[in-house]
Amino acid sequence: MFVESLRGQAAVVGIGLSEFGIVPGYTHFELMAQAVDRALTDAGLKKSDIDGVFAAIEPANLPVVMTCEYLGIRPKVIEGTMLGGSSFLNFLQWAALALQARLCNVALIAYGSNARSGGIRPGGFTPIPYEVNYGARLVSAYALSAARHMHEYGTTREQLAQVAVAARAWARKNPKALMRDPLTTEDVLRSRMVSDPLTVLDCCLVTDGGGAVIMTRADRAKDHCTKPIYLLGVAAEISHQHIAQMENLTVTAAAHSGPRAFAMAGMNPSDIDVLALYDAFSINTILFLEDLGYCRKGEGGAFVTDGRIAPGGTLPVNTNGGGLSCVHPGMYGIFTIIETIMQLRGAAEERQVRDAKVGLAHGNGGSLSTQVTSVFGTADVL
Amino acid sequence: MGPEESYQRKLAAGQFELQRCGACHKHIFYPRFLCPHCGSSYLTWVAASGEGTVYSTTVTRRKAESGGDFNVAIIELKEGPRLMSRIEGLAADRIKIGLAVRVRIAREHDQVFPVFDPIDD
Repeated sequence: MFVESLRGQAAVVGIGLSEFGIVPGYTHFELMAQAVDRALTDAGLKKSDIDGVFAAIEPANLPVVMTCEYLGIRPKVIEGTMLGGSSFLNFLQWAALALQARLCNVALIAYGSNARSGGIRPGGFTPIPYEVNYGARLVSAYALSAARHMHEYGTTREQLAQVAVAARAWARKNPKALMRDPLTTEDVLRSRMVSDPLTVLDCCLVTDGGGAVIMTRADRAKDHCTKPIYLLGVAAEISHQHIAQMENLTVTAAAHSGPRAFAMAGMNPSDIDVLALYDAFSINTILFLEDLGYCRKGEGGAFVTDGRIAPGGTLPVNTNGGGLSCVHPGMYGIFTIIETIMQLRGAAEERQVRDAKVGLAHGNGGSLSTQVTSVFGTADVL
Repeated sequence: MGPEESYQRKLAAGQFELQRCGACHKHIFYPRFLCPHCGSSYLTWVAASGEGTVYSTTVTRRKAESGGDFNVAIIELKEGPRLMSRIEGLAADRIKIGLAVRVRIAREHDQVFPVFDPIDD
C-alpha cells in the first residue's frame, strides 16, 4: 500500500490555554480541562467529537487514562508516551498518523500542571544508581552542557544572558506572560547562581498552566471557524536519558530531528518565519539554533547577540516570552505549539510577526535527552 | 547476579571495574546486559585504570543548612566511557575541564560509589 507523506495531512483547528502563571488552588486536571474547554470553543467542536486523546501529565500514575476519565471521553485512539517536555510535539506525529489512517477524526493533545502552586520541581525523575549519590539536579545537567559549550567554543555568560534578555523583551509584548519587567544582561549576570554557569535568570520559570491542541484531517479542517494551520513536518530523536551518557554535551538530537522534520516539510531553516524553541535554560536556545541549522556548531552564542532573536531582530524566537519569561509548568512543550499556531493565525497581537506563514516548534525533554521538531504552515504554503 | 549487582559488589570490595565488550572491544559504563555499541551480550569485567579527565563540571548551589554547594562532574575515563561523579580535594573554583583525576571509592550513608581526586603533577 502506498502511504502518503504526513506533510499537510493534518491541521490544528483549536488551541486553548488555561489561566497560567501563578494560579493557586487548582489541580493539574482542572487546568488541563480549562484549556480543553477553550480549545473546543476555539475549534467550534463538542467534547463528544473527540475520539483521540494524547496526554502527558507528570505526577499522575496513568496520565492519559486519568485525562480520559476526568474529561469523560472514551476515545478510539489513546497515546501517552512520556518523553518529558517534548512529549506534546511527539504526539503531533502520532495524532497526524492516527488521523491519516482514519483511526480517529478529532485528536486532542492535552496538558495541565500546578507545578508552581503545588510546589513540584520539574524533572524530579528517579536517578539511576550510578548517579543518585552525587545529588545532581536537572539544572546540573544543563549547566554541564553549558560549561562544555563555553570550554569548546568560547561561549560566554554574556551570550547566554542574551537569550534570557531576548525572551523577556518578547514577554513584555505579551500581556499574559508572567515576567514582564525590563531585564538587562547585567541583571542576568548578577542574579543568583544556581549551577555554574547558569544563574536563576538563565533558568525557566516554574509556573502553573495548561494547554490543549485539537487536530483534524486536512479535508475536515476547512470546515472549522478558525484558520487551519497545517502540520508540514515532524520528527523525534532520543540520544540518551542521563546527561553522563550524552555522546557530546554540545550536540543534541535536534541535529537529527530537525533535518528530518525539514525534509518532510520540504523546507529549509531559512523558510521559517517564527520559531518556538523549548528554552528550559538559556543554553537550550543556543544549542537548538545550532543543531537546527541556523548557525554552525559553536556559533550560537555569537548568533544570539545584538538582539538577533529579540523583537526587531532578524529571527523571531520564543515570541510569547518562552519558558524563561512567559510560562513553564513541569513541561513546556505544548506551549511551543500553541504560540506557533497563534503566530501563523496572525493572532499574536502586539508580538505578531508580520506575514508569518511557516513556523517551527521544537520540544526538548529530560536532560537534553529527547528532541522533537515540528514545522507548521498556513494554507498558502501547502 | 546481574551486571548492576556485580558492579556494586566489586565496589564494596574496593574494586572499580568496567565491562568490556568481547565483540567490539569497547569499554562501557554503566554496566549493562547488552553492549550499547554493538548489541553483543559477550561482556566481561576488566580492571579499570581509574584515571581520567574532567569532561565537564559545575558547582550546584545549595543552602548551607542543606549541606552547601557541591560539585557535579562528568569524568571521561582513559578507557573511553564517561560517568557522573564529583571531584574532591580541590576548591570548587579550581576544578576545570581537562583536569586529570583518579578514582577513589567513597563510602557514605551505607552507599559505596566512586569519586575522583586530582592527580598531582
